Amino acid sequence: MKCGVVVFPGSNCDHDCYHVLKHVFGFDTRWIWHKDEDLGGLDLAVLPGGFSYGDYLRPGAIAKFSPIMKAVARHARDGGKVLGICNGFQILVEAGLLPGALMRNRSQKFVCKNAYVRVENADTPFTSECGGKRVMKVPIAHADGNYFIDPDDLGRITDNGQVVLRYCTPDGEVSEAANPNGSVQNIAGVVNEKKNVLGMMPHPERCSDPLWPDLDGQLIFKSLLHCA
Amino acid sequence: MLAKIHVTLKNGVLDPQGKAVNSALNDLGFKEVRNVQIGKYMEVLLDGVSESEAQKRVKEMCDKLLANTVIETYRFTLDSSKK
Amino acid sequence: MVKAHGLTPDEYRRILDLLGRAPNLTELGIFSVMWSEHCSYKSSRPLLKTLPTEGPRVLQGPGENAGIVDIGGGMAAVFKIESHNHPSFIEPHQGAATGVGGILRDIFTMGARPVALLDSLRFGDLSEPRTRYLLNGVVDGISSYGNCVGVPTVGGEIYFDSCYNGNILVNVFCLGLIKADKIFRGNAAGVGNAVIYVGSKTGRDGIHGASLLASSEFDETTEEKRPTVQVGDPFTEKLLLEACLEIMKHDWVVGVQDMGAAGLTSSSFEMAGRAGTGVELDLSKVPLREEGMTPYEILLSESQERMLFVVRQGHEADALAVFKKWDLNAAVIGRVTEGHSVKILHAGEIAAQLPVSAVVDGALALQRPSQRPQYLDSITELDLTGLKTPERGDEALKKLLAAPNIAGKRWVYEQYDHMVRLNTLILPGSDASVIRVPGAQKALAISADCNSRYCYLDPYQGAQIAVAECCRNVVCAGGEPIGVTNCLNFGSPERPEIMWQFEQAVLGMGDACRFLEIPIVSGNVSFYNETKGEAIFPTPTIAVVGLLEDQKRHCVQWFQKPGDLVALAGFSMEELGGSEYLKLTFDSCRGPVPNLDLPQEKKVQRFCLRSIREGLVSSAHDCSEGGLAVALAESCFTGPRLLGARIEMESTLRSDALMFGETQSRVLISFPRENKEALETLAREGGVEFSVLGSVEGERLTVRIDGEDYIEQDVRVLKKIWDESLERYGR
Repeated sequence: MKCGVVVFPGSNCDHDCYHVLKHVFGFDTRWIWHKDEDLGGLDLAVLPGGFSYGDYLRPGAIAKFSPIMKAVARHARDGGKVLGICNGFQILVEAGLLPGALMRNRSQKFVCKNAYVRVENADTPFTSECGGKRVMKVPIAHADGNYFIDPDDLGRITDNGQVVLRYCTPDGEVSEAANPNGSVQNIAGVVNEKKNVLGMMPHPERCSDPLWPDLDGQLIFKSLLHCA
Repeated sequence: MLAKIHVTLKNGVLDPQGKAVNSALNDLGFKEVRNVQIGKYMEVLLDGVSESEAQKRVKEMCDKLLANTVIETYRFTLDSSKK
Repeated sequence: MVKAHGLTPDEYRRILDLLGRAPNLTELGIFSVMWSEHCSYKSSRPLLKTLPTEGPRVLQGPGENAGIVDIGGGMAAVFKIESHNHPSFIEPHQGAATGVGGILRDIFTMGARPVALLDSLRFGDLSEPRTRYLLNGVVDGISSYGNCVGVPTVGGEIYFDSCYNGNILVNVFCLGLIKADKIFRGNAAGVGNAVIYVGSKTGRDGIHGASLLASSEFDETTEEKRPTVQVGDPFTEKLLLEACLEIMKHDWVVGVQDMGAAGLTSSSFEMAGRAGTGVELDLSKVPLREEGMTPYEILLSESQERMLFVVRQGHEADALAVFKKWDLNAAVIGRVTEGHSVKILHAGEIAAQLPVSAVVDGALALQRPSQRPQYLDSITELDLTGLKTPERGDEALKKLLAAPNIAGKRWVYEQYDHMVRLNTLILPGSDASVIRVPGAQKALAISADCNSRYCYLDPYQGAQIAVAECCRNVVCAGGEPIGVTNCLNFGSPERPEIMWQFEQAVLGMGDACRFLEIPIVSGNVSFYNETKGEAIFPTPTIAVVGLLEDQKRHCVQWFQKPGDLVALAGFSMEELGGSEYLKLTFDSCRGPVPNLDLPQEKKVQRFCLRSIREGLVSSAHDCSEGGLAVALAESCFTGPRLLGARIEMESTLRSDALMFGETQSRVLISFPRENKEALETLAREGGVEFSVLGSVEGERLTVRIDGEDYIEQDVRVLKKIWDESLERYGR
């Protein structure tokens, strides 16, 4: 599988994604600079976490105008896979490639800790290894992860199976207490209609290297490998 | 020409910051405070445009970048005395 | 005019002597910042010279942007701790944020990639609203800056005491990694080479921040000094970091220095000073943020996120191309010249021209008088007979666990990205943090410590304990201490009592480091931490870096498995002086501080390190504030799994001293039963007292002393008290 990690000015999880794709999974992985204008035949484009353009104005608001984003949009339109993690998710919603918006956390504070998410739809290229409402323990680290979507659109994406991840308790119960940031209906990750673009706030790359005991993030990358 | 732009959250979108400030004001004894909305204020200085052009251009700026219209709404005024 | 620049009449006369003429206003400004306490270390230098700074691993000692220690395999650890106390008190968010920014630049200026941050914070009494405002602002500032730059904040320490009501402390430590043969220094070598400015544009912010703000005590006018606080831009810092590391791959980069305190002035003079060259700068070429700035303002601005590079002649365009790639402002603003003076041009005229040595080395080293403070006469004794021993320890334990100095700091570190870059092997909340060295089997353990109450009661012994405890924390994580950095926070050096505290602390620190054989490779002094004559407790913060040859052999503080045995390495004495228990239960801050026997300390550390390296132990936890009881409780509930323990002890000590006293050189360990004999042998060989106290079991912490119940609590209850105490003060 050919992968690219897009580097925006201010990306800071780019090395982590690159490390996991290349060294843990052995994928053919390269860097993509934000000023580039094409993705050069990739299977998967990863938009990593960080603070592109300092998150100034709104997270993702300025990055969506980077030259590379036109290529990402084309890639997505043609069925190529795009994974946006954290700031990458914020960029994808700002660019209109995913529905909704990501607002300031309910607590007003940055939060970095392990969270539990339940896989709501295993019928996507990103979650095919996560059947049976699989619960994953994945770290979150963000100040703007509070997912918002208006009620009509919420109904639509829910019916389409576009809600892929919801925050839950370790036992898989989707409850207010398990919601770390105020996201509507505990939504932690969504896909587009064609299900080839996933945006998620949790960081699967932070729990994929076997040096650590928690490895649930591998499920996302294994699913991608399985589909490729 | 100076465009003075206010960006606020749309009605119906929860404003946690506004809520926190609201309760802080109540705690401080400002019991009359019923609602606080927090937004952004921006000043954009424009060169060589007429008022009607500026109207159109600033609206475009807001739609494209300055506001996220999924959650935010905006209004602006133009001050032609500033240059 | 001279006084407004913080210079004494003696210093002005010295300037006249050195120059043979009167300085102009711009030149006076240059002397003012370069001879300030903050930049010249004029009060502290004579004492700092007594510290041990050498060792077989030392690649760079004090005097550069940061210290460097060899960790083998062609790699080296670069580290330093620095204060940003005064700015943080005036504007907590920006003060703390720019503190993080400054220390990061110190590290990547040397060519290293920063891999971890620690914060050592001191605040006043939490019942004061202002303290809560400062706490929230500082944490927010650290979070916003560190998270954005993408360097994990992996730990640190926070203490509260009313002595910090008028002066908080924000000390930030940064660790970086570098190839041992790719170290950059602040050198303006090679006549004709280009001096290149890169980073944020220069504005009027922070003029005289270091010289006037950090070199005088606070009074009623402090609030008005607010405009001199700089504002940080972590986004630009991130670009600067990546651009610097990229450009430093080229051999045509000659030298580099951060524009920190005293901005363009200190960077140009110090770089010329180290290289023995001169520099000519044209200020009209400096990228400016505001119109109409004078040479004085441009030279003294402390705008953040700026660096000065010296690049070999002919490679100016190559350098500018790298900076352009990262969308940074950059310009060639001058040249390295022959001779030994710095010449400043502005709009075609000479704005200043000064001999480098007069500015850099000209400041008088002050032999300030020192005198033992009188307060010590009345507080060094403690009569235990007057203190009633409670029959049971449950209430005291709960009270200690809820005390802000001991309570869990989750509310704080959850606001910091402590995992980014995938190197954090031990997350915050254990004795030390452990960072893996990418591409190698090694890891580094880091910790920052200082019990300033001890230092107030006995600065010599207190500083020794700070060193010993910090090393012990690193050892408990499996690291062998290899280097120290310090941040010495004190009141006004103009008072003999403060100089005495400083002198004693420096001597104690030096003696402890010499005995434990670890060099001090970098550091920072922050004086004038006092308001209206009320000084803070002397606070010599110590940070230690330890090396783990095998990253898999790291150790945590929490119990791992039911059935493991629990033991204490070291022995307890009847010591309650200076303890958190004494303060909380009897509202008393007095008494002899715990004894520190350095040979005993060394033995315990060696034993502990060896047993971790040989894989004999499951956990190791230093006994510090709150003593053995708190160490036991924390071992039960700080891990991913809650585990109880059943402890049986016999003792001739008062039971509260046994459980809550803060005797040094003690480590609480747990281990599989089958390793008991091996550990006992190791302890005997190492001359360390080793006593099995009980075992890990169930979900309750039970302590029996001489057959009587002393503590009997549900671990979940204890955890809740400890875990939720601090967040009440959050906003």
